[in-house]
Amino acid sequence: MTSSTLTNKKLPTWNLSLFDNNLFNSVVKNIAVPLAGILVFLLLWSATAQNIDTSLGKFPGPAAVWEQFDTLYQEHKRSREKEADFYERQRERNAKRLAEDPGYQPKIRDYTGKETFVDQILTSLVTVMSGFLLAVVIAIPLGIATGLSRTLNSAINPIVQVFKPVSPLAWLPLVTMVVSALYTSTDPLVAKSFLNSMITVTLCCLWPMVINTAVGVAGIDGDLVNVSKVLRLPPLKHVQKIVLPASVPMIFTGMRLSLGVAWMVLIAAEMLAQNPGLGKFVWDEFQNGSSDSLARIMAAVIVIGFIGFLLDRAMLQLQKLVSWDKDSVAH
Amino acid sequence: MSVLLDISHIDMEFPTPKGTFTALRDVDLQIKKGEFVSLIGHSGCGKSTVLNVVAGLYKATRGGVILGDKEVTEPGPERAVVFQNHSLLPWLTAYQNVELAVKQVFGKTKSKAEMRAWIEHNLQLVHMGHAMHKRPGEISGGMKQRVGIARALAMQPKVLLMDEPFGALDALTRAHMQDSLMEIQAELNNTVIMITHDVDEAVLLSDRIVMMTNGPAATIGEILDVDLARPRNRLDLADDPRYNQYRARVLKFLHERHGKSKPQAMQASADKKVELDNKSVEHAA
Repeated sequence: MTSSTLTNKKLPTWNLSLFDNNLFNSVVKNIAVPLAGILVFLLLWSATAQNIDTSLGKFPGPAAVWEQFDTLYQEHKRSREKEADFYERQRERNAKRLAEDPGYQPKIRDYTGKETFVDQILTSLVTVMSGFLLAVVIAIPLGIATGLSRTLNSAINPIVQVFKPVSPLAWLPLVTMVVSALYTSTDPLVAKSFLNSMITVTLCCLWPMVINTAVGVAGIDGDLVNVSKVLRLPPLKHVQKIVLPASVPMIFTGMRLSLGVAWMVLIAAEMLAQNPGLGKFVWDEFQNGSSDSLARIMAAVIVIGFIGFLLDRAMLQLQKLVSWDKDSVAH
Repeated sequence: MSVLLDISHIDMEFPTPKGTFTALRDVDLQIKKGEFVSLIGHSGCGKSTVLNVVAGLYKATRGGVILGDKEVTEPGPERAVVFQNHSLLPWLTAYQNVELAVKQVFGKTKSKAEMRAWIEHNLQLVHMGHAMHKRPGEISGGMKQRVGIARALAMQPKVLLMDEPFGALDALTRAHMQDSLMEIQAELNNTVIMITHDVDEAVLLSDRIVMMTNGPAATIGEILDVDLARPRNRLDLADDPRYNQYRARVLKFLHERHGKSKPQAMQASADKKVELDNKSVEHAA
């Protein structure tokens, strides 16, 4: 509403209210204008791409990227068929041998084919959510404690402020060495590369959550705290009944910021840690250097952006769902 | 009747970067069981500080508060507070807000069904039975304040402390709330300390009006016994000469006596205002 009124004021000659039809206006604003924006972007992209020559050929335009989306999907489908065939063959072979020799212990070998693009997307999602959830588990209690105690806040604030701007690329070598030293199981539950990426994500997305939670908790209406005092709520109940619900809007704002950071950090971390996710996909394609590589990377870029957007929307919906203060949920 | 609440020679000092600020000096007041006492004074004169000391939210620098035979050292539900801004938990419904208090106070002595009945009873007492399951964001300012009162009453306090309970409401709603409060008071006969800066409200509701001088180092300037028969009716009282005398006494105090320590010029301007404004002190403050 506001944006349209603003435009109307600035550009009186362009007045859309001439067609004073709300439905028409909202269709124009919500569908036609974004579509036009995308179209213009695609045209510009296409025109510019043709003029950029790289050692791997021309920079991919929209058509080349679209083609790669299809190729990636076909590769995924083929790989899944191969995998199914592989297990099917094993089953047949085992059944045959069992018929010949009843004492035979059947063995099923795992399929060791290359991960497909879809597998890599899933790996990335699992990694980012693990790192993010670990950060939530640490950051929210820490943030609440920091918000409740001014002393603790003074103690922790400088540390948070210093670590907050650190790039994931700086953390990763340290994390890698520490994980190698400490995680020495012979039968590891998860791969080291996964742990490295996950911990790096955690280290980077911890801080916005700590800060926002602490600010939210410290900013609780003094009257509500007084209510709690008059009722003589014991400390745990005070946190549960007053502090947590009162700071939920701020906690979720922090979580949303953090998830955004986490997703950005993840790609870089996966590239270097060789965790088989989207980051590794981009890196491998770059190293591969085939004529399709740039188009495939561009496809990954679009997927990364789209997933980031969806994660943010999902977080927003969650925030709306749990927040009592609907006004505080910004778009 | 015997003294229930003894506010005994209270001094209240706050440390500030510029040195100590003395908010209250030697505030001394005894309140009997079932008495309705108003504290009136200009904004910033320390009325709320007195209330907070009685509530136990502040600790007096010197002197102390004795309720029954115990000294007040911390906040507690036997001194329930109705805050100016209702201070209901916005994520809970009216019922749940009262429930939180009832569970905390009667969780060990009442059964679930008894608690439920008690919560509903208190909400009905303030005429909120129809909107029990609404959240604060869905009801009007007056209704929120009613729920705040229900929450305080549900704690069955020995003393009910009200900090400008109707200050944020419009005049019509405020009149309704005052009538409701008088009805409730007639039924429960609570001991109440109410802060107000509305002269009519003070005279209409109180048994005694405690007038406070201006801060810093505010103290009790004058105490007025309001000897009007109950139940009181605001329309009848409007023509009652004694009601108008009481009103005049309070107004006079607020506009003249408080300015003792102030320079003459300000004194004169305060006098002028008395003639212009005989409705409410808040305009002059």
